[in-house]
Amino acid sequence: MARTVIDAHELSKTYTEGPVPVEAVKDVHLHIEAGEFIALVGPSGSGKTTLLNMIGGLDEPTKGKVVIDGTDITGMKENKLIDFRLRNIGFVFQAYNLIPVLTAEENIEFIMLLQGTDKDERKQRVQQLLEEVGLQGKGSSRPSELSGGQQQRVAVARALASKPKFVLADEPTANLDSTTAANLLDIMEKLNKEEGMTFVFSTHDPRVIQRARRVVTLVDGEIEKDEMVNEPMVD
Amino acid sequence: MMILKIAWRNIWRNRTRSLVLILSIVLGMWAGAFIMAFYWGMSKQQVDDTIQQNLSHIQFHHPDFRENFEAKYTIADGDQVVADLQQDKEVKAYSERVVCMAMAASASKSTGVTLYGIVPEQEDALTGLKEKLIAGDYFTGKKNEVVVGNKLAEKLHLDVRKKIVCTFQDEQGEIVSVALRVSGIFKTRNSRLEEGMIYMQQTDLSALLGTGNGIHEIAVLLADDQQVDAVTDQWKQDFPADDVESWKELSPELRLIVESFNQYMFIIIGIILLALLFGIINTMLMAILERTKELGVLMSVGLNKTKVFIMILLETVFIALVGGPLGLLLAWCTVQLTHSSGIDLSMYSKGLEEFGYASIVYPELGMSSYFSILIMVVAAALIASVFPAMRALKLKPVEAIRKI
Repeated sequence: MARTVIDAHELSKTYTEGPVPVEAVKDVHLHIEAGEFIALVGPSGSGKTTLLNMIGGLDEPTKGKVVIDGTDITGMKENKLIDFRLRNIGFVFQAYNLIPVLTAEENIEFIMLLQGTDKDERKQRVQQLLEEVGLQGKGSSRPSELSGGQQQRVAVARALASKPKFVLADEPTANLDSTTAANLLDIMEKLNKEEGMTFVFSTHDPRVIQRARRVVTLVDGEIEKDEMVNEPMVD
Repeated sequence: MMILKIAWRNIWRNRTRSLVLILSIVLGMWAGAFIMAFYWGMSKQQVDDTIQQNLSHIQFHHPDFRENFEAKYTIADGDQVVADLQQDKEVKAYSERVVCMAMAASASKSTGVTLYGIVPEQEDALTGLKEKLIAGDYFTGKKNEVVVGNKLAEKLHLDVRKKIVCTFQDEQGEIVSVALRVSGIFKTRNSRLEEGMIYMQQTDLSALLGTGNGIHEIAVLLADDQQVDAVTDQWKQDFPADDVESWKELSPELRLIVESFNQYMFIIIGIILLALLFGIINTMLMAILERTKELGVLMSVGLNKTKVFIMILLETVFIALVGGPLGLLLAWCTVQLTHSSGIDLSMYSKGLEEFGYASIVYPELGMSSYFSILIMVVAAALIASVFPAMRALKLKPVEAIRKI
């Protein structure tokens, strides 16, 4: 039996910024086990990113709770939550969001520095990650000197740098062409298969959905379908 | 270390904006430090001139003399004081003076003056009076000769070998009137000294006052001006019967100039920094606004709020640490350059001399002042960074990431 890394109970999120409250996510129950390669899909406004943000501790649910690998992160104090994210969750964003003043190597190393990893281990892991994402020799390039696909690969390496329990990827291929997107997904799939890394995607990109082993479809903030497409990875 | 790197590189992301801010700090610090150096150079010269030309570092008097200026108040143990001064290695020069207030009159005008009965060699060693002569001789040995200031000579229409009549009270309180002949005319940078002082030989004045060998004032110049306070305290203990006063006690207005310099400096630099403060806050707020998304990402991936705060604080301090020292270096170079050449204000010399200022100003500023200014710049930068940093801390990662 695989270990549960993400356990969302009755998760709801209501935005009250406008005159009418908007329920972005409604009573969602979601259990994700270690080694899954899962896609949260649905049309725009279906609540995928909101759900992803709540799972990642970036957004506070209005109701319900999120338990990550046995730790309830709901209501956790902000600095503690930041530290929790640092040590447990990897993020890949749609717009890459690398630190523009740091090189590819430094972007990856930065996370380990925050974790307090020693220098030798950092340097070794940076090289290993660059190799895994196929960016050997590009370590000293700044993000502005890299293509979109290369930047997103650095972002994946950065997400993995902290040895997280899972990686949350919000529309990671949205800004990439087909070939680059395929390359990136190859890398993530490989990491999932070979290292058992859990990936949770929020996407409506068919290229990602095709590769996912489990697809959770959200409509109007509710889970409409949760289906296994292929055999899930076993821990 | 990585935060230091990010903060430093962030400064140069918008090179033009950072350079404009740095340049404003450079100019602000340059102007502030140079104004202070100019003011200090001017004031120090006034203090030094007054010490060298009249006051000296320390003076001895009878305890009642400076209250009444009566001829009878001579220094009781004057001989003993002089004998001790001759042995003291701290003493560079001294002058024994007989002093009285007098009314000086020429054929056309009259004015109040202070008559100084001096030993010419002693006075010359102390104040360099002989070198300041612009006409006539420095006492030829004839009886009742006087050396007068140029300003007084102009006022009373005097010239060398012309006569001047001085009226004063002798030791008994009797009015004495005596005709004195101008032997020489001196010029100093301080027109107030020039206008109010007449020097004559001590033997002549003592005879007229009837004070015998008594002296009213012993002015002492020390070899090291840093020792003034210590030596004054020591002599106060050694000569309890006399009034021993340093120039700071003799001339409180000069003391005020020296002692209030730091306050002036803090006020002037403080005003400049206050103006710069708003520039820094504005620039940093813009920088934060531009990087909202990036800050959101940093917080998402694990940079805690303390580190975000430190990062913004460092960016501001780095800007100040580039601009501040550069401005101070520029000010130091300007001060060194103008200190050796002097700044010629001779077109305003008449007005300046009225207040005892020289017409050529030699700006100078101690290293400790540069250091104080630098500390103030960094402190101002730290203060300026707090508001933008607080704004950054209020960002919520999930909202910040959504910003375009």
